[in-house]
Amino acid sequence: MKKNRFFYNVINILCLLGLLAACSPGAIEAPAATEALATTDAPAATDAPVATEPAEVVTITYYIDDNPTNVASAENQIAAFEAANPGIKVELETHPGGSDGDNLVKTRLATSEMSDVFRYNAGSLFQALNPQENLLDLTDEAFQANIIDSFKPTVTAGGRIYGAPEEAAMGGGILYNKKIYAELGLSVPKSWEEFMANNEAIKQAGKVAVIQTFGETWTSQLFVLADYYNVQAAVPDFAEKYTANQAKYATTPAALRSFERQEEIFKGGYLNEDYASAQFSDGVRMVALGEGAHYPMLTFAIGGIAQDYPDNLADVGFFAMPGDDAAKNGLTVWMPAAVYIYKGTSHPDEAKLFVAFLASTEGCDARSAANGATGPYLIKGCELPADVPPAVADLLPYFQIDGATAPALEFLSPIKGPSLEQITVEVGSGIRTAADAAALYDLDVEKQAQQLGLPGW
Amino acid sequence: MKSIEATPRIPFKRWMTSSYPVWFYLPAGVIFFVFFLFPTIASLFFSLTRWTLFDAVFIGLDNYSQFFKEPFLFQGLRNSLIYGVVTSGMKVVLGMMLGVFLTSQIVARDYLRSVVFFPVLVSTVGVGITFTALMHPTQGFINETLELLGVKGPAWLTDPRFALLSVALVDVWKGVGLATVIYIAGINAIPIEYYEASEIDGASSFQQFWNITLPLARPATFTVIILSLIGGLRSFDLIWSMTRGGPGFTTDVIASVIYKQYQAGFYGLSTAGNVVLIVLVAAIIVPLSAFLNKREVEL
Repeated sequence: MKKNRFFYNVINILCLLGLLAACSPGAIEAPAATEALATTDAPAATDAPVATEPAEVVTITYYIDDNPTNVASAENQIAAFEAANPGIKVELETHPGGSDGDNLVKTRLATSEMSDVFRYNAGSLFQALNPQENLLDLTDEAFQANIIDSFKPTVTAGGRIYGAPEEAAMGGGILYNKKIYAELGLSVPKSWEEFMANNEAIKQAGKVAVIQTFGETWTSQLFVLADYYNVQAAVPDFAEKYTANQAKYATTPAALRSFERQEEIFKGGYLNEDYASAQFSDGVRMVALGEGAHYPMLTFAIGGIAQDYPDNLADVGFFAMPGDDAAKNGLTVWMPAAVYIYKGTSHPDEAKLFVAFLASTEGCDARSAANGATGPYLIKGCELPADVPPAVADLLPYFQIDGATAPALEFLSPIKGPSLEQITVEVGSGIRTAADAAALYDLDVEKQAQQLGLPGW
Repeated sequence: MKSIEATPRIPFKRWMTSSYPVWFYLPAGVIFFVFFLFPTIASLFFSLTRWTLFDAVFIGLDNYSQFFKEPFLFQGLRNSLIYGVVTSGMKVVLGMMLGVFLTSQIVARDYLRSVVFFPVLVSTVGVGITFTALMHPTQGFINETLELLGVKGPAWLTDPRFALLSVALVDVWKGVGLATVIYIAGINAIPIEYYEASEIDGASSFQQFWNITLPLARPATFTVIILSLIGGLRSFDLIWSMTRGGPGFTTDVIASVIYKQYQAGFYGLSTAGNVVLIVLVAAIIVPLSAFLNKREVEL
């Protein structure tokens, strides 16, 4: 602090000596104070240090995961917010994604060291944060009127709403390279049979049919998780029965199919050579540059392609995970992550302003400006630009047809087994059979349910 | 133990007023309580609860029965044992060889000693990340070199058959320096007279090694075995930074099985796992240590 004041004094004196023109606002942390200074006459110089004390500037902290697309859009949003609210500064803090990040968020909440505002998953992971104890109730905030109702249950606990969406809704399915499709004269598959036929054709042409990136294990789960639309189409009450310990993956044929499909992909020999060690970023590169034809992924990856391979954005398309019946083709949807306010924040009003900004059209526009559009927003009035990338254009029609979407299971049930990603790596690498894997996942689910203390387990 | 039993009972009053009063123990006592005793007791308590970090519900021994039902516990146990025995065995053999080599009269001996010890000083996670890159199946330095020689290298870390042994090899590379230093000390402590006498009797250098160095360096061998076995059994950082227990579950050891429970948010369960791990390591090491020490006395 002392050093800072000395620094300001030096700057002030320099300014008053007529070097004002050289003082760019960017060089000084409190632009409001310099403006005050510029209009002050020389005799006021002794008061200057008091005037520069950033008393009226409140700094709030914002905690997000370190995914480059999220960081880029947060930086954009913060810049826009600070420009509109000169009295508030937002400091960005990041944590790693996946389970490491979950731990950091929980630990910070438990030790009362949480940032004022943080971004975290909605749905089953949100429920594990003990929202009533840890989060600020946002039910009665005016900005709730901007939010589309279908999102609200995923951030509701005990009848109160605790979050606002900060991202576009995502679809889980297959990103595919349109150039390869055009070259081989393939058409977008509506059923698993057609999909496998396409894979065979791509393999015969000497290309990689399916990209897998088990170097980052979470990427292995798509064949199972994004297949939920097909499970629900066959067993409409699966989520309910699953939560109540009445339906199992191993004994529900439609659910077991998800694991079997992943097994078929491995047995067909369709994978890239380095599937076991490739990373998510490799997968994005391969599908964008046509080093592989299909990448099972969530559509948020389109943002990564827009950032790193903008020239190839037009080469990537998207289709939902195909099921057995071409007539019942539909999309499994992921709700976006949400922003929450920590209950112990010392700046609740400023934090609410920031969340209100993120839940407004300015907030989603700032995100679109950073990454391009990746899917429909759940904030009213958030329009997508007319020239959305083809993969997003492929995604949107599912949302417009009644019954063509189903939420992913983690938004319908509080139970998601923690070891699914290791199990799907084993199925996808031929280490474990599908039937065995489904039975093992049922055990994993049972453990999670018992830890949550759910009735019936 | 003996010295404590032998200390005569000092009357309390004198104890308080002696030139080293009891207050001297207080700082150490407080540190011991706050950082060692209290966490141990607290972890015993939390291992009996369903603990979300926000609140803890007492559930008796459920965590322990759940932990023993863990599908990969016994595979993890087997992997821990394989890993512990392989690394410990290789460290004994290689450490002994390097120890003998580095105690002989060679050029640049001190420099070579420090080179062997250097990997011990490097951060384990750093080593793990470096070797993960070196062992990459297609772009790694190791397989690219093998390719130049016309050999197709295996997928070191992603083939379930090799993954655990690949990590164990890196552990040996990193840890053999410590074993070597212990052997150097042990070999240097052997009186030179034995060698002189055997030389007069016409012993070859191999006979000297077999009949003098090997038996008389036994205390060093025991130390290396105990240290590297404990290290191997509770090894976690290298395995986690290289494979995260994968591919799938094939390189899961006990410590990574426990860590995964923590990662999943099952804090009580993972605490119970840690209690089990302490008991398990103690159950292996205490008898082994007693056995080896007895052999040492007999010598």
